[in-house]
Amino acid sequence: MSSASPLAALRPYARRIALAGAVGALAELAGLALMATSAWLICRAAQQPALSALSEAIVAVRGFAVLRGALRYAERLVSHDAVLRALADLRGRVYAALVPAGAATGHSGETLTSVVADVEAISDIALRCLLPAVAALLVAVAGTALSAILVPASALPLALGLLLAGVVVPAATGVATARASAGIAAARGELAARTVDLIDGREDLLAFGATEAAVATADAAAARLARLERATARHAGIAAAAGFLIRGATMVTVLLVSIGAAHGHRLGVVMISVVTLTALLAFEPAAALPEAAQRLARGYAALRRVTAILAAAPAVPDPACPAPAPTGPVTLRVRGLRVRYAASAPPAVRDLDLDLAPGSRVVLVGPSGAGKSTALAALMRLVEFDGGTVRLNGVDLRDYAGDAIRRAVSGALSDGHVFNATLRANLLLARPGATGEQLDEALRRARLLDWVRGLPAGLDTVTGPGGQQLSGGQRRRLILARAFLADPPVLVLDEPTEGLDPQTADEVLRDVLRPGPQAVLLVTHHLTGLEGASEVIVLDQGAVAGRGAPADVLAPPGHLTSPGPGDLVGGARGR
Amino acid sequence: MRPQRLLRAVPEAQRAIIAMAATAAAGGLVIVWQADQLAGILATATTRAPAPARLAGPLAVLAAIIAIRVAVMGLHAEAAARGAAGIKAGLRSRLLRRLGEQAGAAPPAGETAVLLSRGLDALDPYLTGYLPQLVLAAVVPLAVIARLALADWVSTVIVVLTLPLIPVFGILVGKSTGAAVARQWGTLSRLGDHFLDVIAGLPTLRCFDRARAQAQTVRRLADAHRRATMRTLRIAFLSALILELVAAFSVALIAVPLGLRLLDGQVTLRVGLLVLLLAPEAYLPLRALGSRFHASAEALTVAGQAFALIDRPPPGPVPAAPPGGAGLRLDAIVVRYPGRPRPALDKVTLALAAGERVALVGPSGAGKTTLLKVALGLVTPDEGGVGRDGARPGPGDFAWVPQHPHLFAATIAGNIRLGQPGASDAAVRAAAAAAGADAFIAALPGGYQARLGERGQGLSAGQRQRIGIARAFLRDAPVLLLDEPTAHLDAATEEAVLAATVRLMAGRTTLIVAHRPAVLRYVDRVVALRDGQLVAPGQAPRSDALADRGDGGRPREMARTRPTSASEEDA
Repeated sequence: MSSASPLAALRPYARRIALAGAVGALAELAGLALMATSAWLICRAAQQPALSALSEAIVAVRGFAVLRGALRYAERLVSHDAVLRALADLRGRVYAALVPAGAATGHSGETLTSVVADVEAISDIALRCLLPAVAALLVAVAGTALSAILVPASALPLALGLLLAGVVVPAATGVATARASAGIAAARGELAARTVDLIDGREDLLAFGATEAAVATADAAAARLARLERATARHAGIAAAAGFLIRGATMVTVLLVSIGAAHGHRLGVVMISVVTLTALLAFEPAAALPEAAQRLARGYAALRRVTAILAAAPAVPDPACPAPAPTGPVTLRVRGLRVRYAASAPPAVRDLDLDLAPGSRVVLVGPSGAGKSTALAALMRLVEFDGGTVRLNGVDLRDYAGDAIRRAVSGALSDGHVFNATLRANLLLARPGATGEQLDEALRRARLLDWVRGLPAGLDTVTGPGGQQLSGGQRRRLILARAFLADPPVLVLDEPTEGLDPQTADEVLRDVLRPGPQAVLLVTHHLTGLEGASEVIVLDQGAVAGRGAPADVLAPPGHLTSPGPGDLVGGARGR
Repeated sequence: MRPQRLLRAVPEAQRAIIAMAATAAAGGLVIVWQADQLAGILATATTRAPAPARLAGPLAVLAAIIAIRVAVMGLHAEAAARGAAGIKAGLRSRLLRRLGEQAGAAPPAGETAVLLSRGLDALDPYLTGYLPQLVLAAVVPLAVIARLALADWVSTVIVVLTLPLIPVFGILVGKSTGAAVARQWGTLSRLGDHFLDVIAGLPTLRCFDRARAQAQTVRRLADAHRRATMRTLRIAFLSALILELVAAFSVALIAVPLGLRLLDGQVTLRVGLLVLLLAPEAYLPLRALGSRFHASAEALTVAGQAFALIDRPPPGPVPAAPPGGAGLRLDAIVVRYPGRPRPALDKVTLALAAGERVALVGPSGAGKTTLLKVALGLVTPDEGGVGRDGARPGPGDFAWVPQHPHLFAATIAGNIRLGQPGASDAAVRAAAAAAGADAFIAALPGGYQARLGERGQGLSAGQRQRIGIARAFLRDAPVLLLDEPTAHLDAATEEAVLAATVRLMAGRTTLIVAHRPAVLRYVDRVVALRDGQLVAPGQAPRSDALADRGDGGRPREMARTRPTSASEEDA
C-alpha cells in the first residue's frame, strides 16, 4: 500500500499493536504446547517407560495449563491498553486537525459527530483485525518451524495450508464484503429515507390514501436490503467452511507424511500425534481472520475518512505573519463577496456588499438556502471566500489570524452547541472572567433569567449530553445568552429566535436591535420585531434580492404588514 | 424481552432457524466422530508404525468426515444467513406496516430509521453467533460425555465434575465483579462522551476562540478514559481468566492421570488419545457462549425496541356523525391530549353545506389544526363523529394542504401524484400549472422528473407549498381542508400561493384555517375557535373574527365585520 494508505492513521501505534499481538501469539502457543505435550505424555506412557521418563512432561503439562490462562489474561489487558492508548492519541490528533476552521469535514455538527464514530471504528479495527493478524502470523511461523524441525516434509503442506487459510481466504472474504458493503449502505440509506418518509409524511399519506403504496415501496427497499444481507452473511459462512476444509486437508496430509516418516524411522512414533496436533492447532488463530477481514472491509471507509482529516490542510489558512488583532470599535466593509463550496458549484453567496460600523443593525433575511449563514461564516473566516474584498478596520480580512477575527466578530451560529456541563460553564465559555451580574444580564436579555432562578441548582444545573435537560427553546436562548455575554464588537446572530414563541421572539429581536455601541449582524426568518434595524438585506439564491429600511423591505405598499403568525391578533391590537 | 418472542415473531423464517439449530447440532456430533476417528489412526500409527498405505482406509474415512463437516458448515451458514436476514426482513416489514397505521403520535423519525436500517444488525451476532453456540453448548458436552463414558469412566467423571465449574464460576465471578464494573461505568461513559461533546461543540469553541485550549483537555481526558477503562477491564477479565484456567486445568487434570494409568496398562492408547482430543471440546462451547453473552443482551434490547413499536395499538375508527351538512359535518367533537388539563377540542360542532367555503380562525393553540385532523381521520376524537350527510367520509373525499406538506424522497411528479398514483403526465402538469408551480418545476434540472432529497431538500418553502397545492388539485376531491397554506411565506410568495389556493377552493366544500386577513376575502363564512370551543360564527363574507390575546382567554365580541384593508392599521 502506498504512503497514502488509510492504515497510516494507525502507524504510530504499530509497535504496541505488534507487542500485544505477540502476547496473544504466546497465549495461543501455550495452548498448542499444552495439547502437544499432553499428546506426547500419553503416547510415551503407552510405551510403558519408567515413571521418571514422564515426570518432565507432567510438569510441563501443568505449567502450560497455568501459562495459557495467565497469558490469555495478560493478552487481553495488553491489547486493550494498546488500543486505548492509540484511541486516546488518535482523538487528540483528530481534534487538533479539526481545530483550524473549515477543516476537511466542513463545519456541520452532524458531520463532526460522525468523526467520533470513525475514530472508535479505527480502534476496533486495531483490536479485532490487526492484533489477531499479528497473533495468527506468529503462531503460523512457530508451528511451521516446529514441524520443519520434526518432519521437514510436513512443513511445506502446513505452510501452504496456513497461507491459504490465513491470507487467501480472509483476503477474498474482505474483498467480497467490501464490494457488498457499498450496495448494503445504499440499500440501508434507501430504507432509512423511506422510513423517514413514512413517519414524517404519515399524515400526508393518510390524507391522500397513499399509505399502502408507501409501505409497499419501503417494504421493497427492505427486501432488497435483506437480499444483500443474506449474500454477505453467506460469505462469512463460506469462508468458515473453506477455512475448515483447508485445515482438515492439511491435517490429513501432515498426518500422512508423519506416518510415513515414522515408518521410515525418521520420526519417533510418539511424535506423530505431536506433529499432527501442532498442525491442527496452528490454524486456530488463522480461523478468526476471515471475520477480521470483514470488519476491516466494513471499517475501511472510516479509516479513509480519518486519514483524510489528519492529512488535510486547513481550508481557511492563517497568514504566515498575521496582522495585529483588531482592538476597540470595529468596522467591517464587505464588497462583492462571493463564496462557493466547490469550484464547479454555483456560488452560495455572490456580489454581497455590506457595511458594519459601531451601532449598525443589519438584518439578513431570505428563504433557507439563500446563503445567509454562509455569508456569516465567511465574515468570521470559517469558510474561505473566493471573490470580493472584506476589510476589517481597513485591513484585508485574510491578513488576520482567524482566531483574532473571531474575537472581534462572534456570537451565536446556527450550529451552536450546549455542552454537557453546568449552565454557568456553558456561559463562561464565551467570557471566562465574567461576573455574576454580567451573567444575569446576558440571561435576562435572552429571556432566560427567570427560568434559571427557578431552577433548584440555578446556574449549577447540568445540561446533560447535548443539552437534553433543556427544551429546544431553552437551548436556543442559552446559546443566545452566551453570545450576549461574549459581547464582541460585532455581534453575529444566526436565527436566534428559532423555536421561541412569536411573542418572545419579537421581544428578543427588538432587544437585540435596540440602539447601542455594538455592531449587530442578524440572520432571521422571523419578520416581525425588526423595526430597529438600520438595514434589511433580502438574500435569495445567494444574491441580494432587495435591501433598505425595514419598513420598505418588509412591507411593500399595498400589501400585508406584519406577515408573522398572529397578525389577526396584531390587527386587534392596532385598532 | 423473552428471546422466544424474537424467534417466533417471523413465521416465514422459522424453517431457517430450525435448520440452523439442526445443522449446529449435527456439526457438534461430527466433531465427536472426527476426534474418534483421528484417535484411532494416531493410536494405530503410534503402536505399530505401519506404512502409510496400510492406513489408507481409516485416513479416507477421516477425510470423508472432514468433508461431511465442511458440508454441514456450509448448510449451517446458509441456514444462518437465511434465518438472520429473514427475521430482520420480517421485523422490518411488520414495523413498516405498523408505522403506516400510526396517524397521531409517531415515533421519532430519525431514531426509527436508524433502528430499521442499521439498528437491527445488532440481531446478527445473536442469531448467527449466540444462538448456534447455545445449541452447541447443549449438544456437544452431552455427546462428548456419552462417548467418553463408553471409553473411560474415570475421565468421564473428571469431565462431569469440572464441566459445571465453568457456568458456576462464570456466574459467581460475574456477580462479584459486576458491582465493581457497574461502579466504574458512570466514570467511563462520562469520559467517553466528552470527546463527542467537544467535537460536536467545535464550531462553538472556534467561535469563542476556545478550540485550541480544549486540545490538551481532549488528550488528558482520553488518557483518563483509558486508565479508568483498564481498571474496569482488569476486574472484568478476571472471569475470563478463571474460566480459561478451569478449562486448561481440566485438560491437565485429565492428561496427567491418563498418562499414569497408561503406564500401568489400565487403558489403551486409543482411549487415551480419544479422551485427550475430546475433553477440550466439552469445555469449548460453554466458554464461547460466555464470550457471546454480551452480544445477546444487546440484541434483545434492540429486539425489545422493535417490538415496542410493533405493539403500539393502531388508532380506532372515527364514528359517523348524524345527518346534516351535505359538505362536511363535525359533530360534538371532543379531543383530549394526555397531560393537558383542558380538552384540545370541547364539543365542537360544525356543518358545511356542499360547496361552502369556511374559514377557521383563532389564536394559536386554539385547536384549529386538531379540528382539521379530526375531519381527516388523522386524530381520533374521544367523543363525537365525522360525516358527510350521515355517512362516514370515504377515503377519496378529502384533499389536504397542511402548513408544511411533506415532500417525499421521490420525483416531483411522484410527489404531485400522491393522491392519484395513476394520473397522466398531462394531468400532473395541469395540476402544477393551476398551483402556480409549473414555471419553477420546468426550470429545475430534470423538470418533473427531478428527484427531491430527504424532506424535499432543494425547494424553498413557497415551492413546497405549491407542490402541496398541486397535489390537492390533482386529487380533485369534493372536500378541501387547508391549514394556513400561506403561513411562513414572504410577501411575494404568499401572493402567488394565495392565488393558487383561491383557484383550488372554487366549487369545493372548503374548511381553511386562516391566520391572515387576505384569505378571508374569499370565503363564505368565518368561524372562530378559542381554547377548543367554537365561540361565534360569523355570518357574512368578508367578515373577520378577532380574538384579543390580552383578555386572558375569555371569549368576547368575536365577530366583527371589517374590510380586509383594515390590516393596514397594523403598521
